[in-house]
Amino acid sequence: MSSMIRLLSLLGILVAAVVQPALAQDAKATFATLATDNYADIEKGIGAIAESGAPTAEAVLNALGDNRLLYRPSDKALFYKDASGAFHDAATGAVVTPAPTGLKPVRLNNRVRRAVEAAVGTLTLMSPEAAKRRQAAEAVFRSRDAATLPALAKAIAAERDDGVKQALRQAQAAIFLTADGIADSDRIAAVDIVAARGDQDARSMLIQVAGRGSPVLKLAAETAIEAIDRRLAIAATVQNIWYGLSLGSVLLLAAIGLAITFGVMGIINMAHGEMVMIGAYTTFVVQEICRTRFPGLFDWSLPVALPLAFLVAGGVGALIERLVIRHLYGRPLETLLATWGISLILQQAVRSIFGPTNREVGAPSYMSGAFDVMGVTITYGRLWIVIFSLFVFLGLIAVLKLTPFGLRMRAVTQNRRMASAMGIRTPRVDMLAFALGSGIAGIAGVALSQIDNVSPNLGQSYIIDSFMVVVFGGVGNLWGTFVSALTLGVANKFLEPYAGAVLGKILLLVFLILFIQKRPRGLFALKGRSVEA
Amino acid sequence: MLNTTLTSALLYLDGVNVTFDGFRALNNLSLALAPNEMRAIIGPNGAGKTTMMDVITGKTRPDEGDVMFGGTVDLTKLDEAAIAELGIGRKFQKPTVFESHTVADNIRLALKGERGPWSALFGARNHIADENIDKVLEKVRLIEHRERPAADLSHGQKQWLEIAMLLAQDPKLLLVDEPVAGMTDAETEETARLLREIAQDHTVIVVEHDMAFVRDLDCKVTVLHEGSVLAEGSIDTVSANERVIEVYLGR
Amino acid sequence: MMTRQPFILTLIDGKGRIFLGILVAVTVLVAASNLMLPPTSALHVPTYAVSLMGKYLCYALLAVALDLVWGYCGILSLGHGAFFALGGYAMGMYLMRQIGTRGVYGNPVLPDFMVFLNWQELPWYWYGFSSFPFAMLMVVLVPGLLAFVFGWLAFRSRVTGVYLSIITQAMTFALLLAFFRNDMGFGGNNGLTDFKDLLGFNIQAQGMRVTLFSVSALALALGYLVARVMVTSTYGKVLIAIRDAESRARFLGYRVEHYKLLAFTVSAMMAGIAGALYVPQVGIINPQEFAPANSIEAVIWVAVGGRGTLVGAALGAVVVNFAKTWLTGALPEIWLFALGALFVVVTLYMPKGILGLFQTFTRRRRADDGVAGTPVPQPAAE
Repeated sequence: MSSMIRLLSLLGILVAAVVQPALAQDAKATFATLATDNYADIEKGIGAIAESGAPTAEAVLNALGDNRLLYRPSDKALFYKDASGAFHDAATGAVVTPAPTGLKPVRLNNRVRRAVEAAVGTLTLMSPEAAKRRQAAEAVFRSRDAATLPALAKAIAAERDDGVKQALRQAQAAIFLTADGIADSDRIAAVDIVAARGDQDARSMLIQVAGRGSPVLKLAAETAIEAIDRRLAIAATVQNIWYGLSLGSVLLLAAIGLAITFGVMGIINMAHGEMVMIGAYTTFVVQEICRTRFPGLFDWSLPVALPLAFLVAGGVGALIERLVIRHLYGRPLETLLATWGISLILQQAVRSIFGPTNREVGAPSYMSGAFDVMGVTITYGRLWIVIFSLFVFLGLIAVLKLTPFGLRMRAVTQNRRMASAMGIRTPRVDMLAFALGSGIAGIAGVALSQIDNVSPNLGQSYIIDSFMVVVFGGVGNLWGTFVSALTLGVANKFLEPYAGAVLGKILLLVFLILFIQKRPRGLFALKGRSVEA
Repeated sequence: MLNTTLTSALLYLDGVNVTFDGFRALNNLSLALAPNEMRAIIGPNGAGKTTMMDVITGKTRPDEGDVMFGGTVDLTKLDEAAIAELGIGRKFQKPTVFESHTVADNIRLALKGERGPWSALFGARNHIADENIDKVLEKVRLIEHRERPAADLSHGQKQWLEIAMLLAQDPKLLLVDEPVAGMTDAETEETARLLREIAQDHTVIVVEHDMAFVRDLDCKVTVLHEGSVLAEGSIDTVSANERVIEVYLGR
Repeated sequence: MMTRQPFILTLIDGKGRIFLGILVAVTVLVAASNLMLPPTSALHVPTYAVSLMGKYLCYALLAVALDLVWGYCGILSLGHGAFFALGGYAMGMYLMRQIGTRGVYGNPVLPDFMVFLNWQELPWYWYGFSSFPFAMLMVVLVPGLLAFVFGWLAFRSRVTGVYLSIITQAMTFALLLAFFRNDMGFGGNNGLTDFKDLLGFNIQAQGMRVTLFSVSALALALGYLVARVMVTSTYGKVLIAIRDAESRARFLGYRVEHYKLLAFTVSAMMAGIAGALYVPQVGIINPQEFAPANSIEAVIWVAVGGRGTLVGAALGAVVVNFAKTWLTGALPEIWLFALGALFVVVTLYMPKGILGLFQTFTRRRRADDGVAGTPVPQPAAE
């Protein structure tokens, strides 16, 4: 209730400044103007309501915009439905029970919609919340309703927040550019202000101006358009690179475990995707426990899920190695078939336990939200995934290069018999290496659960991509996998605008098929006699 | 160094270089073989023996250098199959035969003739006379194993079968990589006899570590070291060579 | 010394005789039972079951095609489903053109989905598909051409083993994505369906169903014989030689890539024919047929039956698909567990498949009788 009062008092201030104060009993008559089929009348009525200062004005206008506003043709009484479906009297806002009958919806067309948007914008220009005021300024910028100019001027004068003030100024400039009877000098100044936005909206507005203004104005507008074009081109490139890196890091995460099992150990693990899936489901389970037992610790669900996913997926991997793969060393095609069978079993197991539908995995607070850099929107979720994938990659390199286990593993890969003769327990190293690759796939699953649907089919969508990344990068070469994942990610995103997402992907697959003909061992292949045997 | 001219040599290598990732497998290697000559190649591991064979048979392309066959044919421009059809046969270090096939079929596939898939499907390949197969098998004394799958043969028998396949191919030049590795003494002697017999009307290159066996072959010896020729001559000459003793034979 | 057998006995060995005998018997009995016995009879085979068996036979032909390249030449293709689907699409395009004005929109030229997409004219690659001979030519030519180009590239640059498997999988995946697109002009997501006639006869009619089933059986028999001709000739010996020791075959002067290319192309054509016969019997072809999972499933049919035997491949296809029909009906959640376990068990414990078990058994018995068994090709471990 208190928010209603505050809104009311604010509206009072605004309305007092803009229009004549309206009397409460006039409200019903004002609202009745909407009770018609005539779009022009409705449009007029919207203006009247915005100016009326009635406490329900915003609710009514929003209802109109959402098609929730109805009227009774018999007495022109106006009602709006709220989200729960209850009917409110438009004039008083009181809930009407029982629900009135014989209602007709107030009709909408695009002009009416724009008028609603502009009117709501005016109403909220003075909202106490900066975000709301900014939204209102944006709404005015789009509607360019000259009637809001006085309200805008007032709002600009009162505004303290620099960002919002700029948005308000841009809205004002947009009106200057499009409304009739504005001085050329004001318009030229307005060109600069609008141009400073540097986005598509500003560009299309300036194109309109360049089409019909005076020569001076035209020149100013054209210069500004060029500047915007340059900026947009840069922003588009930066955006493509960012999206590409973001996709590339997802590919890297999915492929990096495979780079160990396939690249280093030579095992074709078709169940690799299911290790990713297991990681994602581990995250789901951790979050479920958080939700039901420790709701306050929800933000900790991912850090907790990471080691768990590593252990669960790694454990499953170790088991698979022990029970199946161990018996198939040196028979890569058989391994391929057996692990495919395992992947079917794992998928069906997850489907039986968790159901066939997508499970909801939430984003902790630090994963949601976004910020702008040079006109490119960067979401925190994606940013964390890029950072995380780099971290995992470097961590893995460190494990292989710096730890005794890594040393043993490399020794076994290079010369199994010699390693065995030197007292390395090669079966154990095999198992641990396979578990490591699987575990990394598991933690990749934690990250991917944030951006993809967590369903039993999650793994299937990554397996072919992952193999492509590893093969393209060069088998047995982790840095190759790294370069390959990022290159393919960026290439994919640069192809998309020209070819579309699906065709882009097809082109990339065809390219990879052709590439393997040319360099069967990938980008960074090891050469020499030993690998040709 | 070269005492045989390009035109009279059956095989002529000049200035051949092969590099793998910075490692020089062959370093300015030059070598010439006269028709019907038998030559033994020895040298420590990594001296480039197998790489040399890869270059001659078209498996590896040299970075630079000439590899000429019969004085006119540039082998560096051809693939393995074309080189094989020219008349160069190769025996691998590890005996490589078609294990699922019978001994006779192994020979059947090796016998000279059209190699294309169409002739294999419908043509003359399907009517190769058993006598031709028997002749070859008698030479390597495998005739009684004629109908056994090659997989059932002993290690030494597989080596002989592979040599027999080379004979069936009737090449002008035979490359034989470590034919007696893993053989018993009796088998080794038998193999030396076989190779000497073959050398009567074929040019043969034998790569081997077994010095007794090389002595048995009784032919000119070339010592490779770090991708080039270190010494060349009769077994006694090279055995006495200071450098050869140092890098290979040991004191 | 063994005397050379007559050609026909080499071509159709003991296994082959049993296989062809059973195939002919089953075809005749099923057709007769469906057409001549009253539906009330206990021995009557209902029409839906006839089509179901026809479907199995198409799968069996696909398996034989796959066995020709995998069993005899060591090429593990994970993309044979693509050739199957392409043959199916070629047949589907013919069937679509036969609908004529009976579609929902009644357009005499354009299939319904094109009308729905507001297309004005038939794309050029649909020309000619109203002619049955042309469509049948495409059924073999399109998969054959794709296999030829793909194989020419891959075998020439000596892509082998798992790399080849991975790129064949990428190939079928790329086609899957492509056929999902509406602008490809193949009906997008929904594929081609609502077929009416084949050569002027109603495709739903009982007689047509039995005919399609019989033609499938005939195609399987012919496919088997073609494959036998190939594998029993010297060509087949070279294929096996390539599988066992590729470089040895190369150094003997065989152009390995030509041999592989011929087998791969013929195999793809067979798969195309299997797909073409499959489509009218199931009544639909959609992009899902390109799914990589389908191709891998076909591999397991071959493995279950016994690779490198042709008969085993056909047997495996029928057995696994019968189990699939039965299990997905009776215990749907069990099916994937069973299929997955099948992959694992067969690769671990039955490398020669059902036929291998059977042969071990008969050979042991023959050895007891004092008769030496003829050597059978043993697929080398890959």
